[in-house]
Amino acid sequence: MKELVIISGKGGTGKTSLTAAFAQLADNAVLADCDVDAADLHLVLAPNIKERHDFYSGHAAIIRQEDCAKCGACLAHCRFDAVKMDGKGAGNATFTIDPVACEGCGVCVRFCPVQAIDFPEQLCGEWMISETDYGPMTHARLNTAAENSGKLVATVRREAKKLAEANEHSLIIVDGPPGIGCPVIASVTGASLVLAVTEPTVSGQHDLERVLELTKHFKIPTAVCVNKWDINEAMTQQIEARAQEAGAIPAGRIRYDIAVTKAQVCGKPVLMFPESIAAQDINALWTRIQTIISTS
Amino acid sequence: MKIAFTVSGDTLEAPLDSRFGRAPKFLVYDLDNASFEIVDNEQNLNAAQGAGIQSAQKVVETGSTAVVTGHCGPNAFRALNAASVKIYTSEASTVAEALALYRDGKLSEAGGSDVEGHWV
Amino acid sequence: MILAVASGKGGTGKTTVSANLARALEEKTQLLDCDVEEPNAHLFLHGKKLDSTTINIAVPKVDASICTGCNACGTFCEYSAIISFGKAPILFPEMCHGCGGCMKVCPQHAITESEKRIGTVETFQSENITLVHGRIDVGVAMAPPLINAVKKCIGSDMPAILDAPPGTSCPVITTLRKVDYVLLVTEPTPFGLHDLSLAVDMVRELSIPFSVIVNRVGIGDERVHTFCQQEDIPIIMEIPDDRRIAEAYSRGELMVDALPEYKKLFQDLFEKIKKEIQVNAPALN
Repeated sequence: MKELVIISGKGGTGKTSLTAAFAQLADNAVLADCDVDAADLHLVLAPNIKERHDFYSGHAAIIRQEDCAKCGACLAHCRFDAVKMDGKGAGNATFTIDPVACEGCGVCVRFCPVQAIDFPEQLCGEWMISETDYGPMTHARLNTAAENSGKLVATVRREAKKLAEANEHSLIIVDGPPGIGCPVIASVTGASLVLAVTEPTVSGQHDLERVLELTKHFKIPTAVCVNKWDINEAMTQQIEARAQEAGAIPAGRIRYDIAVTKAQVCGKPVLMFPESIAAQDINALWTRIQTIISTS
Repeated sequence: MKIAFTVSGDTLEAPLDSRFGRAPKFLVYDLDNASFEIVDNEQNLNAAQGAGIQSAQKVVETGSTAVVTGHCGPNAFRALNAASVKIYTSEASTVAEALALYRDGKLSEAGGSDVEGHWV
Repeated sequence: MILAVASGKGGTGKTTVSANLARALEEKTQLLDCDVEEPNAHLFLHGKKLDSTTINIAVPKVDASICTGCNACGTFCEYSAIISFGKAPILFPEMCHGCGGCMKVCPQHAITESEKRIGTVETFQSENITLVHGRIDVGVAMAPPLINAVKKCIGSDMPAILDAPPGTSCPVITTLRKVDYVLLVTEPTPFGLHDLSLAVDMVRELSIPFSVIVNRVGIGDERVHTFCQQEDIPIIMEIPDDRRIAEAYSRGELMVDALPEYKKLFQDLFEKIKKEIQVNAPALN
């Protein structure tokens, strides 16, 4: 079983549109939307949700006001600036914990002299197993201002892998998050191939270089695709040359095409518009990716 | 001597689970009296992070001095090493098969982590 | 005044808005690039580097000679960053959040702290703009401590504009803590709308006054405008879909420099924000 992860470093380069197109081109792959912060794949693939599971991760401290001795030990111990004090002077202040700032370390819970701090598990969101026209899909929703999206990403990938193993799918296609931090690391480690989608701009180039450093760090084979390459051909050539120097494979280019946005507005994969030049380029790119992944 | 196998089922015929940190269960086999017990590892899936390290701790708590699994990430490898637990990786399809290979001395000890771990 | 430019979706024009706004102001302004995973603002502001500081987080260090191997540290740690099997513990510094708990629970006082590098904070001067950006080391997962290091540079004597990372989770929340106003940048597409609605939930949860900037008006459809109307969210600025803007951007040029007719648009934006903050101030209390 192979796992293709599509990431971009910079957001908005066309990752999700490309993932949706690949979903259609692949023969019954399992799809996983690991951009749990801003999951968009479902807007194109219209999944029919079969299972929903709550996602718990970590703990958060909550002060029981009725038991609080107002001593301020929690404030002194917290390194995350999560304990708020209002009221005036020792003995009269009210201490509360800002759930957004709390890291769930448990130091205040342990050192509260009157054991007035609870430490419940945090409900951070949910993950789902769905059916789409192109194959099964795993995806998730992270609660507003929740932490730990790396863990949720790992869950979405693990469930996709389980589905693929159980039903003998030969490929998993993962729509990854932007950036190079925790959720991205959780999306790419152990993948068969990463496809990094970029655009011919100074930011696109800069962010791609950081992504390539990351995939090198974790020793993952990486292909690169320049989307909207005709906006700046010189930059495209420069990006491909740099990618090759960094050990990545330039796998294809996609022309700028307003049909991509039109397809999104209709909630359909771009390949539904066969006259689209971007769709033609994506077909060629897919052929190349299949060859690369079969040897990785 | 006890050996921990990563499994998703409850019997010796259960498939050997390829993951160590995220293994749902351990089958702990006691070579001295040819018996085994099943140790649940599901709660580990709710750990915020560090599943490999916590799985290692769980294995140590069972009194096992060896682990047989599919793949072992770097953190779990370091933790098991620190606890002097031997690590064997195997592609055997069932626990029984892996156990037979162990008894025949056909499992080789892992010299290092074989996957780039990190949450998965 | 501390102003943050954010968006649920990446690539909608956060950096374009924050850098152009900072330049259009003409007065002394701080621009703080909080997208420490992929900092971009410096690509558009060519200036002189004034300072570079290495940022570390505190991680535990164990004195093996007095450790009894009791594993009080390992039992306490929520992050599996330290564990002991009857002898001196082993450490996993990349897991450590730096809470200091292990040090405090150790009955032998065998644990102190040492520093682990996570990235750098650099300061540049480009005309009227003092740019501060963080750059996380590749392979480091935890952005919030570095974002906080960037935010520590906020001065009180000039407006501060924060360029936030995309999304709605920890790095964004860290960026938005204690800011006065948020601009949410989106584009008029279904992805833009969906991610905008998540970002709106987030800023409402944080109780920060905000408004929306619609970028690339002309592509896509009307649904973002309809959403804002229904939700009673002001659209404070619209940037048209202009190929010249995209081309200038691809070369790393600021819109207000390449296309001076847009300068006034950003100056007006700032005046409107000031008014919005005044209107919202009593309600905040």
